[in-house]
Amino acid sequence: MIDLLGYGGFFLSTALIFGLIALGLNLQWGLTGLFNVGIAGFVAIGAYSSAILTTPETVDRVGGFGWPIVAGWLAAAAITATAAAFTGYATLRLKSDYLAITTFGVAVVVQLVALNAQSLTGGPFGVAFIPRPFASVQDQSVLFNLSNLGVIAAVTLAVYLALERLSRSPWGRVLRALREDERAAIALGKSAQSYRVQAFAVGGAVMGLAGAVQAHFIGFIAPDNYLPTLTFQVWAMLMVGGSGSNRGALLGAIVVWAIWVGSGSVTAALVPADLQARAASLQIVAIGVMLCLILLWRPQGFFGSGRSPK
Amino acid sequence: MTAEIVLEARSLTKRFGGVAAVDGMSLAVARGEILGLIGPNGAGKTTMFDLLAGSVSVSSGTIHLMGRDITTEPAHRRLAGGMGRTFQIPRPFPELTLLENMLIARQHQTGERLWANFTAPRQVAAEERAAREKARGLLDLVALARLADEPARVLSGGQRKLLELARVMMADPKVILLDEPAAGVNPALLEVLIARIKDINAAGITFVLIEHNIDMVSRLCNRIIVMAQGSLLFEGRPDEVARDPRVIEAYLGGAAA
Repeated sequence: MIDLLGYGGFFLSTALIFGLIALGLNLQWGLTGLFNVGIAGFVAIGAYSSAILTTPETVDRVGGFGWPIVAGWLAAAAITATAAAFTGYATLRLKSDYLAITTFGVAVVVQLVALNAQSLTGGPFGVAFIPRPFASVQDQSVLFNLSNLGVIAAVTLAVYLALERLSRSPWGRVLRALREDERAAIALGKSAQSYRVQAFAVGGAVMGLAGAVQAHFIGFIAPDNYLPTLTFQVWAMLMVGGSGSNRGALLGAIVVWAIWVGSGSVTAALVPADLQARAASLQIVAIGVMLCLILLWRPQGFFGSGRSPK
Repeated sequence: MTAEIVLEARSLTKRFGGVAAVDGMSLAVARGEILGLIGPNGAGKTTMFDLLAGSVSVSSGTIHLMGRDITTEPAHRRLAGGMGRTFQIPRPFPELTLLENMLIARQHQTGERLWANFTAPRQVAAEERAAREKARGLLDLVALARLADEPARVLSGGQRKLLELARVMMADPKVILLDEPAAGVNPALLEVLIARIKDINAAGITFVLIEHNIDMVSRLCNRIIVMAQGSLLFEGRPDEVARDPRVIEAYLGGAAA
């Protein structure tokens, strides 16, 4: 029972971190219609920023700043927002699939830099000894997991409330207008360029914060954490939960993560040991099948506004 | 005419590759006027509007709005500067409600700045209340008030034209460019539209009107400019335009030659 509680805390913490990323994507796609397929890159920038700023000195790697965790998180959000704003500015002329290909490229570049810039990121070995909140109770796993869940839930709630306020604000209304008809919005006095960069920056800040929170929760990061699979998972979460809805982004994250973890344990239990590595692909199949079912049964997702993806 | 000039274009030219869609067009619009802009299809009327509204960049020539040179000013600044436009095919935001469509058009809203929603929520709320009130009043004027909370996609073609007119009024413009407001509007709704344009004009707002419905043009405009092949063909009163042999030829087939 106690174990289950500890595991539940761990599961929910991970799911809520995905929920945070999905909230960032919902601002960019659900509200503004920006086809960002570079999510993993922005999460990585946040994770590495905070990790580098907070870890103790390490041989052969930039660092030793030893910042407090919260300062690392805020810096991660700010740095990722800057990187995302720059991406948004550089891609001002690109729409839909062209924007998708470009942002995907950005994520690949970020991941390759993380893999190769060894003196900055530790290269393939990653960054270890990232300070974890409540590290003093690390060996009491239930207490540790539940305390962390509390912190992560609080961060998620704060971001959710802030994004809810923004989505309902005149600012959010302009983003929706740009999504619907950019030319009309410009004729009505809105700078499409400025709002697009802002949407990239705010969504990026949330993704970067999520990356940082996850890095400190686990205590170790490596380039393999930030492969395109992550981007795929978050998109699936938003589609399932309902594009355009912040509640949907959170619920979708929990449901999709449950299916991901569940299908992982099922294959682990049923597939012979020598085929385990290949069977891991079945997780992606499980998500794909579920995505198809959701799109057939309820195309707008659980909480979607009914707007079809375009 | 000695009245104050609110909008003036001098030798406006737009080339697309080798084709000059607008070729050395000049026009001056006086305050309180309703100027008609007519001409056969392909004459360059809509390109002329796009140039005036800034959605297409000028190849040469200048545009002045109330004495200020706006030739290179970005399109999104022109409404706050006093000039609004509607589109030939209306462009409502389909998933936004009519009320939200209206609110988008209000200029200088504090709540459209990201941080103000956290630092000055009261001011944002107060401005929103005022804007909503104005929006409901304008929707009432075009007989769309009962649909205020419906998404704009439910509107008919004619209602979309009315919404566009009401929407641009939210910005308190001095000059409104109307691109074929009568196209596809049923006769009953057209009467509403003409009456509203007259009301708005009576309040001192200037119009430039592209229109193929000659009856509507004659009823609204004192002065008409005829364009053909990107240039000015004729300028005069509606009755003069109807009699002019060059205009008749341009419409009846001479233009293509």
